[in-house]
Amino acid sequence: MNKPLDMTSSAIVKRAFDAEAARADFPVLARTVYGKPMHFLDTAASAQKPQAVIDAVSEAYGGDYANIHRGVYYLSQKATEAYDAARAKIAAFLNARRPEELIFTRNATEAVNLVAYSYGRKFLKEGDEVVLSEMEHHANIVPWQMLREAVGVKLTVIPISDTGELDMDAYARALKGNVKFVAMTHMSNALGTVTPIAEIIRLAHGAGAKILVDGCQMVPHEKVDLQALDADFYVFSGHKLYGPTGIGVLYGKRALLDAMPPYQTGGDMIRTVTFAKTTFAEVPARFEAGTPHIAGAIGLGAAVDYLAQFDMGEIHAHEMAVAEYARSSLQSINRVRIYGEAATRGSLVSFGLEGAHPHDIGTILDREGIAVRGGHHCAQPVMEHFGISGTVRASFGLYNTKADADALIAGVHKVMEIFG
Amino acid sequence: MSDLRDLYQEIILDHGRTPRNFGPLDGANRNSEGHNPLCGDHIEVHATVDKDGRIQDVTFEGHGCAISTASASMMTDAVKGKTVAEAKELFEHFHDLVTKDDVLPEEDMDKLMVLAGVREFPMRVKCATLAWHTLNAALQNEDEPVSTE
Repeated sequence: MNKPLDMTSSAIVKRAFDAEAARADFPVLARTVYGKPMHFLDTAASAQKPQAVIDAVSEAYGGDYANIHRGVYYLSQKATEAYDAARAKIAAFLNARRPEELIFTRNATEAVNLVAYSYGRKFLKEGDEVVLSEMEHHANIVPWQMLREAVGVKLTVIPISDTGELDMDAYARALKGNVKFVAMTHMSNALGTVTPIAEIIRLAHGAGAKILVDGCQMVPHEKVDLQALDADFYVFSGHKLYGPTGIGVLYGKRALLDAMPPYQTGGDMIRTVTFAKTTFAEVPARFEAGTPHIAGAIGLGAAVDYLAQFDMGEIHAHEMAVAEYARSSLQSINRVRIYGEAATRGSLVSFGLEGAHPHDIGTILDREGIAVRGGHHCAQPVMEHFGISGTVRASFGLYNTKADADALIAGVHKVMEIFG
Repeated sequence: MSDLRDLYQEIILDHGRTPRNFGPLDGANRNSEGHNPLCGDHIEVHATVDKDGRIQDVTFEGHGCAISTASASMMTDAVKGKTVAEAKELFEHFHDLVTKDDVLPEEDMDKLMVLAGVREFPMRVKCATLAWHTLNAALQNEDEPVSTE
């Protein structure tokens, strides 16, 4: 595990991406709701699972299940290998330098909390500034507020424009202060904005600050190269990446992780324990106290295998074509207002309809078989920016097609029919 | 579609668009705030209760979906002039109406019956009951904002 990864596997010829064919890999998509075909447009909240992931989780329990890193017996060895292999697969998928730079967490939320707690309490002090954006998910706001309460850091919020773009001038100005840390989204879950993260990282480093990137909405949709990005920390959740729930990833540069104290303590993360003194294991074990979500990690490895058979660029191009088609169709409806019109954006559309509340729209669409999210998307500051309580969000994954977008548009017309 | 038409009846859409008893209430002696964290909706209920325990006037403010706004609007119509005890009993009956399939509606339901369609939409019951929970808190003069969670 200490050798750099062999990257030659990425040279394997990819399967051409075909969304219609890929749909058959996701058993849930074949079902109906209320007697109608289902149009799942809530992948940004959680993605559906391909059969390969479901099988991998089943096999993790039904095939070689035992606790890992403990037993000397056959099953434990097999389970340990599968768990470690999952970490290596994910590291290769994201071009991390080493698998040990990836910590398995419960989800992205726990990954942010880990950094805010462990790195934050050790390396940040009263008066240090932590920079956030106005369009962060609550999970990348509240842990930093807790740190503010604990050690007295100052939070600086970079505003967004009315199109949903980060104010880069304000960011550059903020970095002239006593900024020691930046916590920034790679793609907004509420607006779809893709931030100029490479530039944001470069500027943070130029100011001597460390940076954590929330990649939850980016990793499932575009190729992310952790070494090229050079972020200090990068977090994402497994369930949005077509993997199981209960598993997420914290990537951290090895030198930083090595210097950080444990977040939780217990079994599997120690070297020696006596009642006088305990010494801690090396990363990643130091940050994975207790029995981890073994099957979840293996399932996430299978999700990455599933994606790696395709070129992420082809998946992205397909998703964007569908999302942009839905966006322009919605835009042509007079009473629709789109929230989030950044020049660089991902495959989701957040919108409102004059005279109808997002939850009423969501209920009516639901009865048409269309699953969308209505509400504030755990990004209430964004809603405040636009003076609204929520939006309807249609988000697109690799299995969505124009038929889903057409159903959405027909559904919106039905809403207008009911609301008159 | 029939379920949807049951939920979004014309009278509900009407109360949703043009709510009755909407706005602040001068001289209110019972006030409370309610939140639905699921959707971010927020409501305030104000009431004037006289020394005999009768609700002389009641209003609400805030914004929400058609169901929560219509329910709040119809609630204010329904409880105005009732005693606090009667209003609380009405709340119980209303709660049964929107959550239970197998109960016969109580006589005092009257116009509130149009909200019975909500019970086919379990995710929306909280929308219909937010105003009532908030009124209940106001009548108990609770200072803490109530939440549907």
